[in-house]
Amino acid sequence: MIQLNINDKVYEVDASADMPLLWAIRDLVGLTGTKFGCGMAQCGACTVHVNGSPVRSCSFPVAAAAGKKITTIEGMNEKIGEAVKKAWIELQVPQCGYCQSGQIMSATALLKSKPHPTDADIDAAMQGNLCRCGTYQRIRSAIHRAAEMI
Amino acid sequence: MTNNNSNINRRNFIRLSGITGTGLILGLSGKASAVATVANLSNAADAFELGAFIMINKNGEITLFNSKPEIGQGTFQSIPALMAEELEVSLDKVIIKQTGGEKKYGFMQFAGGSMSIRSEYHNLRKVGAAAREMLLKAASTHWNVPVSECYASEATIIHKPSGKKLGYGELAEAATKLEVPKSPTLKDPKDFKILGKPSARPDIPLKVNGTAQFGIDASVPGMVYASIERCPVFHSKLVSFDATAAKKVKGVIAVETVERKHEVYKTTGVAVIAESYWAAVQGRKALIVTWDNDGHDTFNSKNFEQSLRDAAKKETGAVAHQQGDFDNAFAKAPTKLEAFYETPVVSHSPIEPMNCLASFTEGNKLEIWTSTQVPGSLVTDFAKEYNIPVENMKVHTLFNGGGFGRRLYPDYVHEAVQLTKKIGKPVKAIWTREDDTQQGPFRPMTFSAMKGALSADGKAIAFQHKVIAPTLDMKKDYDKSKSDETMTEGISEQKYEIEHMKNLYVHHYMPVPLAAWRAVTSTTLAFSHECFIDEMAHAAKKDGMTFRLEMLTKDSDTKNVLKKLKEVSNWDKPLPAGWGRGVAQYEFFAGQGGYVIEVSKKGTGIKIEKVYAVIDLGTVVNPDMVRAQVEGAATMALTAAIKNGITFDKGKTVQTNYHNNPLVRINEMPKVEVHILANGGAKIKGVGEPGLPPFAPALCNAIFAATGKRIRRLPFDINKIV
Repeated sequence: MIQLNINDKVYEVDASADMPLLWAIRDLVGLTGTKFGCGMAQCGACTVHVNGSPVRSCSFPVAAAAGKKITTIEGMNEKIGEAVKKAWIELQVPQCGYCQSGQIMSATALLKSKPHPTDADIDAAMQGNLCRCGTYQRIRSAIHRAAEMI
Repeated sequence: MTNNNSNINRRNFIRLSGITGTGLILGLSGKASAVATVANLSNAADAFELGAFIMINKNGEITLFNSKPEIGQGTFQSIPALMAEELEVSLDKVIIKQTGGEKKYGFMQFAGGSMSIRSEYHNLRKVGAAAREMLLKAASTHWNVPVSECYASEATIIHKPSGKKLGYGELAEAATKLEVPKSPTLKDPKDFKILGKPSARPDIPLKVNGTAQFGIDASVPGMVYASIERCPVFHSKLVSFDATAAKKVKGVIAVETVERKHEVYKTTGVAVIAESYWAAVQGRKALIVTWDNDGHDTFNSKNFEQSLRDAAKKETGAVAHQQGDFDNAFAKAPTKLEAFYETPVVSHSPIEPMNCLASFTEGNKLEIWTSTQVPGSLVTDFAKEYNIPVENMKVHTLFNGGGFGRRLYPDYVHEAVQLTKKIGKPVKAIWTREDDTQQGPFRPMTFSAMKGALSADGKAIAFQHKVIAPTLDMKKDYDKSKSDETMTEGISEQKYEIEHMKNLYVHHYMPVPLAAWRAVTSTTLAFSHECFIDEMAHAAKKDGMTFRLEMLTKDSDTKNVLKKLKEVSNWDKPLPAGWGRGVAQYEFFAGQGGYVIEVSKKGTGIKIEKVYAVIDLGTVVNPDMVRAQVEGAATMALTAAIKNGITFDKGKTVQTNYHNNPLVRINEMPKVEVHILANGGAKIKGVGEPGLPPFAPALCNAIFAATGKRIRRLPFDINKIV
């Protein structure tokens, strides 16, 4: 059994050590806001925070997350996360919405380290998150909007 | 708010049911209630289109049923908005539920062809208006006042002189007993509160907090997971497999064969079923499978592309459209141009991989939870295919993590259904990204041989677009004497007044699974068509805008789109040195859009400086959503223009995942400025697709203007132009 602290709750999961954190979160814990997209850290749909830093949970072994503080979209409730979500709604960012949990996790991490990011900062921080619907220009605007709100 | 169909206690609900275009049927569905069903069908043959789109609970709760799957295009707002507007309720006060292919919701339960608003704009407004009129009448009867003294507002009927009010919940039961108005009065658009205004989408809050349920998120007790090994070489046959090692993987519970059915393409694969998806994937890796490639492992893109070029020269092709005398006019013309254009195969690559949860249970019952664009045909076709009574079928249409045409095809649903039937448990089958990238179906390429002729004074007098391509139906024995409307989409519909035209189609078989892709064949044909028009303009020593407008003497939407583009882009304003601008438009089945794009030289490459888009709709439901759709279409078009695309070697797809089949990322996407033409008129045009086709030609025409380099093959490397 591996102990996971997700969104300030402790879960015991029966997972092989090499199971990606993504599948433990989705299939064993039952939090489905974190999405599967590529399985090789190319699309960012599975982004969660581990000890405050964004990681691609599809390529992060569950054993490596044991004892660490994991935050998923469902638990992204502190001030910056709330501002990001509010900006996402205000600017109507999502289309299909499938990649947006990951986008929001990456955007929140960016705003934590850079409260007033430039376009170049946004490009650098958000490049790892693909959006097939093409919501990039709204993501950019929403990050600037969230920065204003914080 | 939820898009799940669960947890409805249908008792004590008053149901107002609509029939498309003809009237309403209402029923009170409660155990002790007198059921009053009044059918006002002007045409009995329409009875199968019965729907139950509005449900009002006695406590005032209003549910609107959305028959169009939400694939990102915004039908979760725009379709219920049509009813809500006429019903006089706010969208944030209603529950919206996706329909699951039930017969009563009609045969239009699909999302495709930019059809949703076009097919429902009038029908669902009528449904909402009829319900409103019945609630008004119920209130006026209750108060014994003239109905003309009452009005509806915010789910309430108000008696103007006295100020008395009754909520819809209080009136619903009485309303169901009334006759349904045959032709309810629709609101004057100037009184619209929702339609035509930028409105917030009710699915967005769910999509930012992780609670939106996509197909991949579905789960039921006792569910197991499947991952399927399919033939890597297209068309190869399963000879044998050894599952010994796979079955030793912890959590693996079964290994079964499973057929993949995509139109005429049928192959057999091997599914590993396990207690967790991860275990299924590990088990699959441990499979030893023997395939008989049967000669299919020699197919490759390089040779195939050459065969298309050869076919263009050798074969005359079937006539798709003809006017005037092209051959004669071309032969005699003082200025002649010829060019050959090439485009790639591309993948849909929605971020949510294909997946389906299916549960086959005792009594020949089948329940399906999936992301799909076609819940309607899932019910009818699967009932037939698996010999299940339609009433035993239950489809849960969940949010789609992207569609783009891929989820019009239920091959992945077939797989899950076969597996649940085989093992007697609910099975969730999920494709890996590698499956999605390698197995297709793909958008086919089209190659185009273009011919054009100008008169001595630089006017276009003859034009030919000859398309060389496979067909979407993938038939090998295609009758080559016939043209194919889908593969010549739009090339004969452009409004340019060119006297002599002969468009042709040369069929060429390609042995890979193919499919419609967002904006279908217009996505490749617009590139060749509109870039070649630009070549003609250049030969006529005119700019692309002037040349096009000169071919549009009659009034048309095309002319309006171009004039709007000219205005919003300041077309005549000189650009800085090293910049260039290009224009393109395309009219096709889904609608009409156009772009002016400005680029600048940047080292060896090109920087996209400005993107002006115009989409012509006639009528707009949610302008903000339209802008979002065009922004997205431009992004998808840029990926298709400048990223790898899909290639084949040794009978297999070369690309595997997003690292070698990349999509445009945030740093590569310029801002798109969207302008909407919605000047009324009878014709309502589509939103989801028209923003795609004209993007690549506008970009390439701009690159020509900036660099003198004519791009005739997609994809191209935008960082290595000069």
